[in-house]
Amino acid sequence: MSETARGLITVFVVLFVLMSVAAGLIWLERRLLALWQDRYGPNRVGPFGVLQVLADMIKVLSKEDWVPPFADKGVFIIAPTIIMMTTLLSFAIVPFAPGMRVVDLNIGVLFFLAMVALTAYSVALSGWASNSKYSLLGGLRALAQMISYEVFMGLSMMGVVMLAGSFDLSKIVEAQRKIWFVIPQFLGFISFFIASIAEAHRLPFDLPESESELVAGFHVEYSGMKFGMFFVGEYIAITLVSALMTTMFLGGWLGPVLPPLAWFIIKTFALICVFILLRAALPRPRYDQLTELAWKVMLPVTLLNLMATGGILLAWR
Amino acid sequence: MFSILKTMWYTFLHMFSRRFTVQYPDERPRIAPRWRGRIILSRDPDGQERCVACHLCSVACPVDCIALQAAEDETGRRYPEFFRINFSRCIFCGFCEEACPTYAIQLTNDFEMGEYHRHNLVYEKEHLLISGTGKYPGYNFYRVAGLAIGGKGKGQAENESPPVDVKDLMP
Repeated sequence: MSETARGLITVFVVLFVLMSVAAGLIWLERRLLALWQDRYGPNRVGPFGVLQVLADMIKVLSKEDWVPPFADKGVFIIAPTIIMMTTLLSFAIVPFAPGMRVVDLNIGVLFFLAMVALTAYSVALSGWASNSKYSLLGGLRALAQMISYEVFMGLSMMGVVMLAGSFDLSKIVEAQRKIWFVIPQFLGFISFFIASIAEAHRLPFDLPESESELVAGFHVEYSGMKFGMFFVGEYIAITLVSALMTTMFLGGWLGPVLPPLAWFIIKTFALICVFILLRAALPRPRYDQLTELAWKVMLPVTLLNLMATGGILLAWR
Repeated sequence: MFSILKTMWYTFLHMFSRRFTVQYPDERPRIAPRWRGRIILSRDPDGQERCVACHLCSVACPVDCIALQAAEDETGRRYPEFFRINFSRCIFCGFCEEACPTYAIQLTNDFEMGEYHRHNLVYEKEHLLISGTGKYPGYNFYRVAGLAIGGKGKGQAENESPPVDVKDLMP
């Protein structure tokens, strides 16, 4: 009984914290982008404009929940829920601190990969179901992007799995007591970082969205809370990949003096800021350039990294 | 790859540079002296309307936002019976000010003209007329013009010699 109750409480705490983090990130991103572009960003509502989030929420929730008559209604409604569900579900395996996690899966990394692969359905289906040209192009790009990054994303994580000898994320963290995996697995870190940008559909790889040429890409036809779900899903995805990178490459909760949870939050937050910095700094490549980068550079690099890691491990043991 | 990192670093450094935003309602933007803002009708130093209802401004106006009707008082002085500027059309080009022969119509540096109802943007003469002379303090059209008007005969204007009697042979 107490086990179940504890599990339920963890689930709801994680859910609540994640939703507030996703909402807070909207504000944070706008403020940081403004800071790096010599502007102010939202600063009128509440102290430093923090309550802007609340205003945005009220606006999004009070909008008409409209389904265009030409859309494929069922798929159109399901699509935004997929991205929310999969990204939230992936958080089940993230260890925030020793013993602080929703579920103790010994195949955590594989679960993450499975869930992340499913998010592509959300974008592709919404693009298809919207039945409009911009959305369709956005959906197509999402698929092109997915077949680019998905392969080397999985492979880039395998080096860490080899070093730790486990798919379990808390075991991976424990294996980093001596040295963070970002140093022996630097190539893996870089390729996972690039893949995770593409996974979260963030600039510079926000090809399905690309507001400058596809207006808003796959979610052109969405409004109200359905659009809000795409939005929140994107921010949760950023948090997710940042948390994953923290866990797998930056030593997770490990760190001196401060409590484990604080270290986890600091590292994840820093990575999120890097993601926002990327958005402020970099232009968007064409999607054939992304595919080329993925298959001609990143895939060989990750394979090389994998082989080198395996060889050194074999020779060392 | 290196250039990407360099771009990111330079963007990061912008954190410490000055922000360009002018926080408008709290902080006033700098307005140039020749700013073309709200249009006014000025008066001459004697306190009478400068406008002589010549219609040149309404002809010059590229969006036809100026409408007026000429009238004449008992001394022969022309004035606009009504003078109407539709600011929802006005593009603040300043052509009316350039066209005006009497410096009556002038653009000021006031730009805060927001209204909740469109019809409030139609300004009548009583909204346009100001009590002062605007940008040209000493100027009075009727004092320099050769026109005989209310008490001032031919040849009595400033810098004007008395009229020549064309039927006289004497120099």
